[in-house]
Amino acid sequence: MACEIEDLGLIDYTKAYAVQMDYVQKVRENGIQRLLLCEHPAVLTLGRMTKKENLLMSSGEILDQGVNIHNIDRGGDVTLHSPGQLVVYPIFDLTHYGKDLHAYLSKLEQVAIDLLKDFDIVATRFSGRTGAWVGGKKIVSIGVGVRKWISYHGLAVNVNTDLNLFKMIRPCGLNIQMTSIASLKGKNISMQQVKDLMIKNFIKSFQLHI
Amino acid sequence: MSQVLIPELGEGIEKAVVACWHCKVGDQVYEEDDIVELVTDKATFNVSAGSKGVVKQILIPEGKEAQIGSVLAIIEAST
Repeated sequence: MACEIEDLGLIDYTKAYAVQMDYVQKVRENGIQRLLLCEHPAVLTLGRMTKKENLLMSSGEILDQGVNIHNIDRGGDVTLHSPGQLVVYPIFDLTHYGKDLHAYLSKLEQVAIDLLKDFDIVATRFSGRTGAWVGGKKIVSIGVGVRKWISYHGLAVNVNTDLNLFKMIRPCGLNIQMTSIASLKGKNISMQQVKDLMIKNFIKSFQLHI
Repeated sequence: MSQVLIPELGEGIEKAVVACWHCKVGDQVYEEDDIVELVTDKATFNVSAGSKGVVKQILIPEGKEAQIGSVLAIIEAST
């Protein structure tokens, strides 16, 4: 499947959303899929299943910390993005992958698990809880949206993320702890290395032609 | 008249929740218009009108869960 890769760098959440919507239309028109990689300034995104009690501070307190809040059209509950977290938005035509939301989510999980294996981290699935997990802690969050079988939103991998920021929320509505590649390896990790490995694993799992 | 159904969303997915309607009764819609957003645990899915016409009836309100294959709305054909 033809695919182009674009690194958006550090980009505001709403700008990245607009880029995704633009490519959703373009993928429908020209069939060339797009894999977007980026980081976001600190932001909380509230998915369609978000329960208010999963914000552990008031909106005012959160905004005072310089963290924006957005209601968005993906599945799942609240999550946090911030610098040091690699966010990947696959704008893929799911008619190529069986028109199956669960199968797509499972493939994203496998990409995440394979990526972490490249860092000698053994991550697993957690039944009924989408994402990738290491020792009971969540390291990769996944939530997607689909329009006319074109995907948007995607996955977020904690690389060098400041994990203290997650204290503002119950991530994904769960009483869980988050972890990162850096905290597991005991050192900061090259974001470029993670991006390169992420691309490699997407190419393999989704049979992409770059 | 045409029916807008909750489509097959994948193996093991039997239900979806209507997250929000992008139209209301009486609206003119076109085949390609996304008229309703469904949500199933970690994914949202937008359903298109499928035909040109006027929205005659909305059968499943926001926040309600329904089985795959359920009728979401009825569209009366227009020229």
